[in-house]
Amino acid sequence: MAWIDACATDDIDEEDLIRFDHGDRTFAIYHSPDGEFFCTDGKCTHEEVHLEAGLVMEYEIECPKHNATFDYRTGEALRAPACVNLNTYKVKVEGGRVLIEV
Amino acid sequence: MTKRDYSLLGPDSRRAVETGLAAAEWYHTDIPRNQMKALMKREDGHAIRDTIILFASMIILAGTGIALWPSWWSAPFWLGYGVLYGSAMDSRWHECGHGTAFKTRHYNDWVYQVASFCMVRNPVSWRWSHTRHHTDTIIVGRDPEIVLMRPPALARVIANFFGLLDAPQGWARMLYNAAGKVHPVEAEYIPAQEQHKVVRVARIWVAIYAATIALALAMGSILPLMVIGLPRFYGAWHHVMTGLLQHGGLADNVIDHRLNSRTVYMNPISRFIYWNMNYHVEHHMFPMVPYHHLPALHEAIKHDLPAPNRSIAEGFGEMWPALKRQLKYEDFFIKRDLPATAKPYREDFHSDALGSATA
Repeated sequence: MAWIDACATDDIDEEDLIRFDHGDRTFAIYHSPDGEFFCTDGKCTHEEVHLEAGLVMEYEIECPKHNATFDYRTGEALRAPACVNLNTYKVKVEGGRVLIEV
Repeated sequence: MTKRDYSLLGPDSRRAVETGLAAAEWYHTDIPRNQMKALMKREDGHAIRDTIILFASMIILAGTGIALWPSWWSAPFWLGYGVLYGSAMDSRWHECGHGTAFKTRHYNDWVYQVASFCMVRNPVSWRWSHTRHHTDTIIVGRDPEIVLMRPPALARVIANFFGLLDAPQGWARMLYNAAGKVHPVEAEYIPAQEQHKVVRVARIWVAIYAATIALALAMGSILPLMVIGLPRFYGAWHHVMTGLLQHGGLADNVIDHRLNSRTVYMNPISRFIYWNMNYHVEHHMFPMVPYHHLPALHEAIKHDLPAPNRSIAEGFGEMWPALKRQLKYEDFFIKRDLPATAKPYREDFHSDALGSATA
């Protein structure tokens, strides 16, 4: 496991997400309404659609294809058609940069 | 001419998977992220207002119908109630199934359950079938919600204006599910861990219908069934009329919603009943956008879409001749021109379908 520099804190609007690709893996990094940052796998567990175009509402991310919803803090699948949780990754902020442990 | 097999377990289904048509990457019009976020934004206000209007209208119409029963003067009130029960509930089922009508998830779920009951669509089965419809829209052998198969069964379509086939099929499936069974086709798209819910809902519905029928027998009158059940027949025509326009006569086996979906401008009453699903290309391209933002989405992307039909009548004027032609030549479909401002159709994506005869 290593800490990877993913983006600057101001690269992500509050209550929004961005896509971050690293090697052959893809992630979603979230900026919560209260200023915290979180990281999950980038693709919905239902049909592998990337979440980057999805809608962040408070602490939930909704998949842009079928409206599956997850709590991006825990990865918990909250609404069908997702039945499998998202993997989550540790995040820390240092010097205005968002780092994820992958 | 290609013979199509619409079975989800047949050769066309396997071919769609092998050729990459299934679960493919679809065309999307470019929209800046901030604009898209504003369009996707959820709120409860619009849907609460519309739901109050809907249920209040149903209570007033049914109440008046009951008060005037059995006089023929009750007929107009039943016809109005029927359209709200047998057609407006179709769009409520649809929007709340997507979870976009309300911001509050429970509100979506509650209206979804009521609407599913009215439309005789098991809320679990149909949630998953509609998920597949969005993954594989009008992909033969993959999409379980293709209404106008080729060649089109026009007698069946006309019968369903009065729910004569699909409503009894819904009740038959309800009884089948209530017996503890999930149909093999349902099992194709419903995950195993969700299938027990199909049976549970079906059994609750059987209990509701049994109580309604028992009341009708006790009263010696069909009046209870005029309120619950029969409106699925006498009020279905509007949702069939609008639903046929969604994809009728357009391409199949393509991965660009501009080729297989139709946007039609409609009058305000039909748009209330249909909850703006007349903006159907827009809905399929961006299913995250709530119904009340679809007109704004249409304005944002219409430069990239075929010109919409200007009325229901114009939509049927375009579709119906194509359906009749498909009776003899099922590869025929309508390919609408794009405006000069649009990105062209990707012919290389759609060589199978676009190689066929087009209008």
